[in-house]
Amino acid sequence: MSAVNPSVQEVKKTTCYMCACRCGIRVHLVDGQVRYIDGNPDHPLNQGVICAKGSSGIMKQYSPARLTKPLLRKPGSERGAGEFEAISWEQAFSILSERLAKIRATDPKQFALFTGRDQMQALTGLFARQFGTPNYAAHGGFCSVNMAAGMIYTIGGSFWEFGGPDLDRAKLFVMIGTAEDHHSNPMKIALSKFKRNGGRFVSINPVRTGYSAIADEWVPIRPGTDGALLLAIIHEIIAQGLYDRDFLVRYTNAGQLVNLDAKSDEFGMFLRTEVPEEEGCFDPQNKLWWDRASNKPVITHTEGCDPFLLGEFKLSDGTPVKPSFQLLQERVQDYTPEWAEGLTGIPAATIKRLAYEMGVTARDQKIELPIAWTDSWGKEHDTVTGNPVAFHAMRGLAAHSNGFHTIRALAILMSLLGTIDRPGGFRHKAPFPRPIPPCAKTPNTPLAVKPNSPLDGMALGWPAEPDDLFVDEAGKPVRIDKAFSWEYPLSVHGLMHNVITNAWRGDPYRIDTLLIFMANMAWNSTMNTVEVRKMLNDRDENGEYRIPFIAVCDAFQSEMTAFADLVLPDTTYLERHDVMSMLDRPISEFDGPVDSVRIPVLPPTGECKPFQEVLIELGTRLKLPVFVNKDGTRKYRDYPDFITNYETEPGSGIGFLAGWRGKGGEKFMRGEPNPRQWEMYAANNCVYHHALPRSYQYMRNWNKGYLEWSQRSRITRYAEPILIHLYSEVLQKFRLAAQGKGITRKPPEHLKQRIETWFDPLPFYAEPLEVQATDTHKYPLAAVTQRPMAMYHSWDSQNAWLRQIHTHNYLFVNGRTARLAGIDDGDWIWVESQWGKVRCMARHSEAVEPGTVWTWNAIGKAAGAWNLTPDANESKLGFLLNHVISEELPSPLAGEGQGERGNRISNSDPITGQAAWYDVRVRISKVSPGDTAVTSPQFEALKPYPGQEERRSLWNFFAGRRT
Amino acid sequence: MHPAFSVIFLTTLIGVGQGLFLALFTVESYAAFDLLPPQAGRFYALGSMLALGFLVAGLIASFFHLGHPERAWRSAAKWRTSWLSREVIVLPAFMGVVFLYGAAHFTGFNPALATLPSGVPVNVTAILGVAGTVLAFALFVCTGMIYACLRFLQEWHTPLTVINYTLLGGASGFVLATALAALSAPEVAGFYGGWAMILTLLALVGRAASLLRNARLRPKSTLRTAIGVKHPRIAQKAQGAMGGSFNTREFFHGRTAAFLRQVKWLFLLLAFILPLGLLAGGAATGSAALLLAAFVVQYSGLLAERWFFFAQANHPQNLYYQAVS
Amino acid sequence: MTQLALVIDLNVCVGCHACVTSCKEWNTSGQAGPMSDFNPYGADPTGTFFNRVQTFEVGEFPNTETVHFPKSCLHCEEPPCVPVCPTGASYKRKEDGIVLVDYDKCIGCKYCSWACPYGAREIDEQQKVMKKCTLCVDRIYDSTLPERDRKPSCVLACPTSARLFGDVHDPESEVSQAIRESGGYPLMPEWGTQPANHYLPRRKTKLRIHEDELVRADNPLKVDGKLPKPAKAEPSLDDVTSW
Repeated sequence: MSAVNPSVQEVKKTTCYMCACRCGIRVHLVDGQVRYIDGNPDHPLNQGVICAKGSSGIMKQYSPARLTKPLLRKPGSERGAGEFEAISWEQAFSILSERLAKIRATDPKQFALFTGRDQMQALTGLFARQFGTPNYAAHGGFCSVNMAAGMIYTIGGSFWEFGGPDLDRAKLFVMIGTAEDHHSNPMKIALSKFKRNGGRFVSINPVRTGYSAIADEWVPIRPGTDGALLLAIIHEIIAQGLYDRDFLVRYTNAGQLVNLDAKSDEFGMFLRTEVPEEEGCFDPQNKLWWDRASNKPVITHTEGCDPFLLGEFKLSDGTPVKPSFQLLQERVQDYTPEWAEGLTGIPAATIKRLAYEMGVTARDQKIELPIAWTDSWGKEHDTVTGNPVAFHAMRGLAAHSNGFHTIRALAILMSLLGTIDRPGGFRHKAPFPRPIPPCAKTPNTPLAVKPNSPLDGMALGWPAEPDDLFVDEAGKPVRIDKAFSWEYPLSVHGLMHNVITNAWRGDPYRIDTLLIFMANMAWNSTMNTVEVRKMLNDRDENGEYRIPFIAVCDAFQSEMTAFADLVLPDTTYLERHDVMSMLDRPISEFDGPVDSVRIPVLPPTGECKPFQEVLIELGTRLKLPVFVNKDGTRKYRDYPDFITNYETEPGSGIGFLAGWRGKGGEKFMRGEPNPRQWEMYAANNCVYHHALPRSYQYMRNWNKGYLEWSQRSRITRYAEPILIHLYSEVLQKFRLAAQGKGITRKPPEHLKQRIETWFDPLPFYAEPLEVQATDTHKYPLAAVTQRPMAMYHSWDSQNAWLRQIHTHNYLFVNGRTARLAGIDDGDWIWVESQWGKVRCMARHSEAVEPGTVWTWNAIGKAAGAWNLTPDANESKLGFLLNHVISEELPSPLAGEGQGERGNRISNSDPITGQAAWYDVRVRISKVSPGDTAVTSPQFEALKPYPGQEERRSLWNFFAGRRT
Repeated sequence: MHPAFSVIFLTTLIGVGQGLFLALFTVESYAAFDLLPPQAGRFYALGSMLALGFLVAGLIASFFHLGHPERAWRSAAKWRTSWLSREVIVLPAFMGVVFLYGAAHFTGFNPALATLPSGVPVNVTAILGVAGTVLAFALFVCTGMIYACLRFLQEWHTPLTVINYTLLGGASGFVLATALAALSAPEVAGFYGGWAMILTLLALVGRAASLLRNARLRPKSTLRTAIGVKHPRIAQKAQGAMGGSFNTREFFHGRTAAFLRQVKWLFLLLAFILPLGLLAGGAATGSAALLLAAFVVQYSGLLAERWFFFAQANHPQNLYYQAVS
Repeated sequence: MTQLALVIDLNVCVGCHACVTSCKEWNTSGQAGPMSDFNPYGADPTGTFFNRVQTFEVGEFPNTETVHFPKSCLHCEEPPCVPVCPTGASYKRKEDGIVLVDYDKCIGCKYCSWACPYGAREIDEQQKVMKKCTLCVDRIYDSTLPERDRKPSCVLACPTSARLFGDVHDPESEVSQAIRESGGYPLMPEWGTQPANHYLPRRKTKLRIHEDELVRADNPLKVDGKLPKPAKAEPSLDDVTSW
């Protein structure tokens, strides 16, 4: 049979958006319909492969859940009922712009813009800042901010977009916790090659699914105890001398002397010499070592000197000092494997073995690449060496209230093994490494929020000390989510999960308009879902909505859209321009910066409009400075025009896209706008990949050539070396403030103890806050979710093919645990926490540790949502674990979150505000006989909205035949 | 397997038709050798039409099994390899012969074509009868072999399948013939009644033998061979689809084991025990009604038997479709 | 004689279902299409798929293996589904060993599906014909496609390259080597169907740390003078022997 495929008329390249991975795709079209989407073999990220979601893009494009018209809530109907009438875009824009203009002219912070797993935070952030509101963030706070913050505050980079394991060269790979969707296809490609090359893959996870399935060894662990494990491994690595001393000395602050004069305001800070200090966000090279040869303090990195890493010394003025490594060793002294066994459930012998495997592999299987490079202190190296032990972790470590310190412990372990930005270990991706912490800062005073003015600073930033906090004179938060306040000082991605509760309660204040972009805050993206849905529809004593106006932009009818007053129909990824910008979260590779674009392959459906166009139109109507000319007229025709011509500052040469800049496209990173930039991306697989010279590809924290290149390319402001913070002075500064020391701001009384406890310059283990507040005899089981690889969050239940794979979900329970509770395989059960309960079905499993129960994330849906029929499995048999998780915890501390629910504080990491999804403890029991075989809770079924396509009961999809 | 009613009716109805024809020709043969009183052509004609009616009904039922009945003619193509194809050829051939046999009797066109050395004339109906008998048995073999040839359906993969199809079809045909004779040819009713009881008893023995055999079957395929992992404890957690699939609809009966047991006892009662009693009663009283009842009861028993036949067969593909999550 | 087949490497399959939906999207608009979906937005959605990924748990906690198991037509060398077909709609190609269904000849009697011990065939409930994996026969010989793309859709999609495609009769092919060197095995060998598709088992990499590997002359603790030493006051042989 000679099979030909004559009907495909066109193949267009763009970038996938079925998840946040951003693979290159080829879209094959027949008569304007999508016939086939496959991976683009010329794309650096996915190299031609594609996942289940990417292959199902057709069913997303033609889903009946799509919104196609702007919608206004019917007068008199309740929020949540989803009763709308279609309006024109002109009406929608005038409603919004009138309202927003009023807010901007009076109190810009009354407008809050929060976005979900979008990929345009550079633009949404710019819009918010130009508007003048501090109340902006994306979903990072309830996703993996602990991973970003914990590692960036330690090594100046982190996993996923920012860096990752170099599995090409690694010999031992340790994956800890759930990490299935970060990174998706590149991780799968790399894992497979790694295993085929004979690498050893160890997975530490309460559950064995996904990538863990193919691990050479599965080490089951109790959720939330990863910190204990990592600290015990560090203990063993140090006790056996399995650390890379040379690496620690030269590239970390291990040898730097810490002031231990308890009376000093500088207690716990590094000793500094009187070197003239340049102002900036980098670490000046003015610390001291204790030189072994001369037995005297010397300036670090003094040629010919080698510091003690262990020991205690006295300066000539009598100040007691210790190298920070000594403090680390003291810290982990009691964190023995035997101690960790009791917490983690992992036998001490296994912990020791893991430590030895890591240490011995790192030490004895060194890689030497013949790449000459020069370090920041001018020393020339003939080779780049690597210790081939790689790690990966993501949300499994992050989504605990003790996650920040756990992740610090991981970054420290990786550093002890000498694996940072070296072959076979962890590798950075541009724009990382960045200074610790990076330079961007929020304002530190409410005065930065002024009517009719842009916000004076970034809405999100990287605090380096208490004075960077975004609080008022009394230490109260300026932001609605209380980010960058004393409650969560390093909440670098905001706390989107508390926005609705805070706004509803009016704590710290009420807002007027909440604009949500593609975040399902009335369902799977919120904790305490039942109550939050009530809050969205709640009115004050005057009968006014507590949140007066809610606008939602999304491509699909979700649970959240039902609560909107105004719904703006977004396009799908196949219908719009997008940029994966260096200003945002680009798709860089280990070998250099990469950014990419989406270029529409189809016209918008119905009246759909990309959210970018909405923002530019709104910005223009509101006359936000960057969107208008001096005379107030429209500056940018549309989003593509904006991307081409916008510069961060006039003439800066820095724009959203780094490739083909300059008049003729001859420059990269910096250069004047190029009117043909989009065309050049289109002609080059929609991707710009700048491979660095080999000598710039490693050791970038301290690589003089790279750092200077990075500075010249305006990726970083400084070219100073980025020493690894084994010991974190940033944290110590907050602790000193809590102890009343120094001249910085001081935390309010009721938060002092919290700050002092958690802002420990060295990692420590504490039970998650929720566990501390739980009667664990009553609620003995940890309940967590895992990400199915064929679904992205709640996005894909409207996808006719993907939903057949995960139509509903079960709670997986270890067989022994289930039998002890009298629960048979398939039984209906109650899962109950101290906050709420759900009814669902149980599935016995031997691939989960006995103290943990789990389910797939976000499979359960509200009846009628996503335009499924009200009897769809997703709502009748599927369930959401969120109902048993609270967004707040009772606070033992007086004065916090005074409100109707008493003293409450966010169920988050006290350092970063990371939502503690995985801390909840539950109990399970069989339902009483005759109990309804339907999941609980149930909600009234949503009806289809105007403009939505009818749901088919049979679909014979054949591209080109419009069936 | 999921018992399909089209196939249940097909196999049971044609079984009756085959059995009835065999019964008719048995009497004609006996009569030819003067072992039984000769019957009028009308009796054979009526019987043949009745047999043909069952065969046609069976054929019609079979069409409900096909996705594309309009293409059914294609199914004669692969008679060299496919028992189904053979059945598709033999069934109409047999129907044609039954029709001709009945027509010859009806029209009285029955010239002797030859004479046996013993002096017994070989006339047209004898030739047709022999041909029909051969085809009837061939059809039993084809039908039985459709199932018996599937070697991994271990419950079916036995000569007992063909034997039982033959005996059950024969018994039901003879029971019907008994009732028919009671109404239109009383002098052979006893003969038929006797054979009906013998065949029913033999069928009971055959079916009981297959039940005993199947109860002791050990599945050749296990999850170990199905996925190739050597471990005594393997449990499926997901089958790749949660809303059901062809694999979950076609190969599972969807009933409990208890229901299956009930059906087993029911068909043993209806297909064998009760008809034997009714036949005995009919023989004793000469009541056509009882004999007719024997047929109706036995036929309904055969429907249950055939349902059970399919339901009991455990397809190895089911190993892959045990659980969802 | 060529026998095309897939070799599926369970050692690297993470169960992502990429092969499942890439197969569906290619084939629903191809020669085998459309592949209908019933209740695509309602209760118990069900559709025609040629390939499914299943999950099995092997062993008991904590010695549990989670096995992701993709399953599609195995293109048997002795395909039991072919001889039983009454119309000849089900056939095995001489030139490359692919087992196919001629949808124009199929009468939808489902007998071939009964004759397949693997459950590899699915009737299209809408078109009422039997369908199954075609090894993307409408791709792999399509000379309008670049050479690289002339592979089954599932093979191209698979992010872990767990699906190898080639001629298992050619001893030098990638698939034959994989079967030979990595312990490739057929499913349900007991039926003599000789599946052309093979599976590669899990393979474990272990690391053995010898005790003496922990003792090293260049132990960094030595540099800082922190290798554990007995205290000077502890008794020694030196203190008590005088000859």
